[in-house]
Amino acid sequence: MFNHLLSLLIWLPVIGAVPVLLAGANRPDTARWLALLVAVATFVASLFLLVRYHPDVGGMQLTESHLWIAAWGVHYSLAVDGISVALILMSTFVGILVVAGAWEVIQDKPHQYMAAMLMLEGLLIGVFCATDALLFYALFEAILIPMFILIGIWGGPRRVYATLKFFIYTFFGSVFMLIALLYLYQQAGTFDMATLAALPLTMKAQTWVFFAFLIAFAIKVPMVPVHTWLPDAHVEAPTGGSVVLAAVMLKVGTYGMLRFILPIVPDAGGHFAWLIIVLSLVAIVYIGYVALVQEDMKKLVAYSSVAHMGFVTLGIFIAFLLVREQGNVEMARLGMQGAMVQMISHGFVSGAMFTCIGVMYDRLHSRQIKDYGGVINVMPWFGFFYVLFAMANSGLPGTSGFVGEFMVILASFTANPWIALFAGFTLVIGAAYTLWMVKRVMWGDITNPHVAGMKEINGRETFVMIAFAAAVLAIGIWPQPLVHLMDTSVSQLVQQLAIHKI
Amino acid sequence: MPNFNDILVLLPEFYLVAAACVLLLADAFMTPEQRPQLHWISIVVLLVAICLVIAGQPAQTVTAFGGMFVRDGVGEMLKIFALGTTAMVLVYARPYLLDRRLPLGEFYTLMIFAVIGIMLLVSAGNLVTVYLGLELLSLSSYALVALNRDARLPSEAALKYFVLGALASGMLLYGMSMVYGASGMGGTPGLGLTQLHQVMAYTAAPKLLLFGLIFMIVGIGFKLGAAPFHMWIPDVYQGAPTPVTAFVAAGSKLAAFGMAYRLLDAGMGDLAHQWQLMLAVLAVASLAIGNLVAIVQTNLKRMLAYSTISHMGYLLLGLSAAGPEGYAAAMFYAIAYSMMSVAAFGVILALARSGFECEEIADLKGLNQKSPWMAFLMMLAMFSLAGVPPLFGFWAKALVLEAAIHAGMLWLAIVGIVFAIVGLYYYLHVVKVMYFDKPAEGSVLQARPDMSLRTVLSLNALSLLALGLYWGPLLGWCRHAFGL
Repeated sequence: MFNHLLSLLIWLPVIGAVPVLLAGANRPDTARWLALLVAVATFVASLFLLVRYHPDVGGMQLTESHLWIAAWGVHYSLAVDGISVALILMSTFVGILVVAGAWEVIQDKPHQYMAAMLMLEGLLIGVFCATDALLFYALFEAILIPMFILIGIWGGPRRVYATLKFFIYTFFGSVFMLIALLYLYQQAGTFDMATLAALPLTMKAQTWVFFAFLIAFAIKVPMVPVHTWLPDAHVEAPTGGSVVLAAVMLKVGTYGMLRFILPIVPDAGGHFAWLIIVLSLVAIVYIGYVALVQEDMKKLVAYSSVAHMGFVTLGIFIAFLLVREQGNVEMARLGMQGAMVQMISHGFVSGAMFTCIGVMYDRLHSRQIKDYGGVINVMPWFGFFYVLFAMANSGLPGTSGFVGEFMVILASFTANPWIALFAGFTLVIGAAYTLWMVKRVMWGDITNPHVAGMKEINGRETFVMIAFAAAVLAIGIWPQPLVHLMDTSVSQLVQQLAIHKI
Repeated sequence: MPNFNDILVLLPEFYLVAAACVLLLADAFMTPEQRPQLHWISIVVLLVAICLVIAGQPAQTVTAFGGMFVRDGVGEMLKIFALGTTAMVLVYARPYLLDRRLPLGEFYTLMIFAVIGIMLLVSAGNLVTVYLGLELLSLSSYALVALNRDARLPSEAALKYFVLGALASGMLLYGMSMVYGASGMGGTPGLGLTQLHQVMAYTAAPKLLLFGLIFMIVGIGFKLGAAPFHMWIPDVYQGAPTPVTAFVAAGSKLAAFGMAYRLLDAGMGDLAHQWQLMLAVLAVASLAIGNLVAIVQTNLKRMLAYSTISHMGYLLLGLSAAGPEGYAAAMFYAIAYSMMSVAAFGVILALARSGFECEEIADLKGLNQKSPWMAFLMMLAMFSLAGVPPLFGFWAKALVLEAAIHAGMLWLAIVGIVFAIVGLYYYLHVVKVMYFDKPAEGSVLQARPDMSLRTVLSLNALSLLALGLYWGPLLGWCRHAFGL
């Protein structure tokens, strides 16, 4: 079993979805329990990664490789490094919480919902451990199908518009990546990512490939100005869909940058780092302001996701600047480290925020901020968690939100104080939009009579909240284990930044 | 004087001709109650033909009747898939034909004659054989489209098909005659494709040859349904009885690929640099027209017709790469397309009943609630046609794109991929209607309880997923056929 641990992690939820689907519409409880069983089993299996993966050794570990398509030399090859392990653990953890979170909320065809969720989880895990570019691409695209179904069937009133936009938008980006991969295949004769990383390319070729990759991943992250699908998708998606979208799916974009842009086109990446840095700063500052004026809670958190993901892209590309222009490897490591921590942290924080909004939506069937007010009076426990996650979202020290942002700002300061100044704006704007929302939703007097009738969270919801809160606080107070897990891999990534391939 | 070996080489074809004649006679002597048994008989006939093709597979290329007929890997593979998809069409067609009281005997015999046409076409070693196979296929298809002769739409479709088809055949014949003439000027006149190839280099009339080539490409374009020779496709697809549409979509596209390969590679291989660009232009036009016009269709069969045009654009991408790699990719695409389209039409046939054709996209509203399994199968077909991984259609697209890039036509690959995004919309629209819409009031959507149809259709659609996960052997087989 240990030799095929990664395959197990991918296929357990994907195959596990089949009995869930077969349980059928007539036995919803069977489907729910089966889905929970599969999700928990996947999580437990993923814990073995911590045992089997040696963080101090670094490099790609737990390698599996089988010839898949002989004519093209495509391999079904999987391996993980510290970053993948962290992301996989986060996916399986969130996987349990979305299944639990949807328990009685989804009444319409719960078996199909649960099956789609599990399939999505398996495919996402696959993306995080594929080391063959074509396998990566296939999984990268395949995740669109279950998400399309999730938003389309169980979403809000404008779900069809949102889900079509989501699918076509993201598909649009990734097809150019396919062309780039086929071009690289012509040059290298293989899709193996390690070989592609060593492939010498001219600057012209690198530039084209860089932009092909960039458009694919920038849309997934999403970066300004191609972020416009995200608010629609988030607002219309069911709670579980939003959680997976924000927590795991957006990370696929930044993860792709690490695996493709950094090693394969480092010169173009270094040359255009300023572009990404500017776009990241725009995301942090401008999108922060956009979040401020939102009246829909989900939209607000969606925009704040864009701003927070801006920190991830900033951290990755500031490292380019530091290594290639200043030769400051130490600080580059810090920036990259911060970006990685921010990825994981944002997964938990945004997942928790969307879960909270889902909890309120289930009771009042509204996401408008103005419909709420004084919720804490009727739901004190819920209020406690909500405020905690809001604090994490605005980057309060002691929560996970702070760690990554701080590291990235510190690294940017070394690169250029102006970049740090703009990035630092987030501490003000982030606090402003989040806390202002908390004020309008939680505090004050109850003005809407329906709010007075809201019930306190039940045991299942409390479990989900506690799980998220534990993760947020653990990373905030003691980030060392997470940092240690990724440390060697991050150092290796940073070393790759310095390579010149021309 | 043909010897016994020649006949042995053509055994599957001779066997099918004999079987078709027997079926004709049987039909004449059968009572109306017995006639539905023709269904099983003809399926067995086709399966036996597949066995004969496989059993008689020669180790290397074999020719018969002085090179008129070529039996090689490419032909064998296309024959097997053409016979297989036709057998699937017959399975899907049964309830449809019985419900509508369409003439059964004629349907089955014409189908088998059409398949014989395909088999001759893909094995042609001579311009005359190409024409013979093409006409046999076309004439049977015209009649099949008009099977329901009392209805207005099928008759209109058949007439359009016939008139345009005759025009295209004329063009092809005209082109052939010019090529023949031109080749004759350089040495031994010959209609054999390989001889053509040999004399091509010495011809004294390259202009005439080129002229002939252009006319032949018109004929090929028409048969494939590539824009701008696509006018017949939408009307025929919509007007023909759905089983016939499925056959025209799947079987005859395999034949068209075979014909294009024989004529262009075996016959005109030396002119590749000339026809490459012509095919590329056809490809771009097909991709654009097919994908853009499909968006506004409300009739499912018509939408699939425009989608066929766009798929032929992708197939041409592979052909225009003009090399064994490209041909292998194009053949893979033709096979993938025939399996996907048969699955899509199969779902339509499974849902149709007398008085309800299930051919409007809106007819599929809420299918997921009424019949989740059928919706799932249709979804597989749609995502596969759209080219979303991990389904079969995606890999077929990746292969032809790679072939185009390999042949140095990066721009063509980019055009192809951009139109894949456009095409995505209308396939997603079908999924949207099935999954996200509520069923219409009094909707009678329900899959037929016909077990054979359900089983074969399920296998057909699931194979799109299975081949998407493991397509290596099929690609290996395609490449092997082209000597790679």
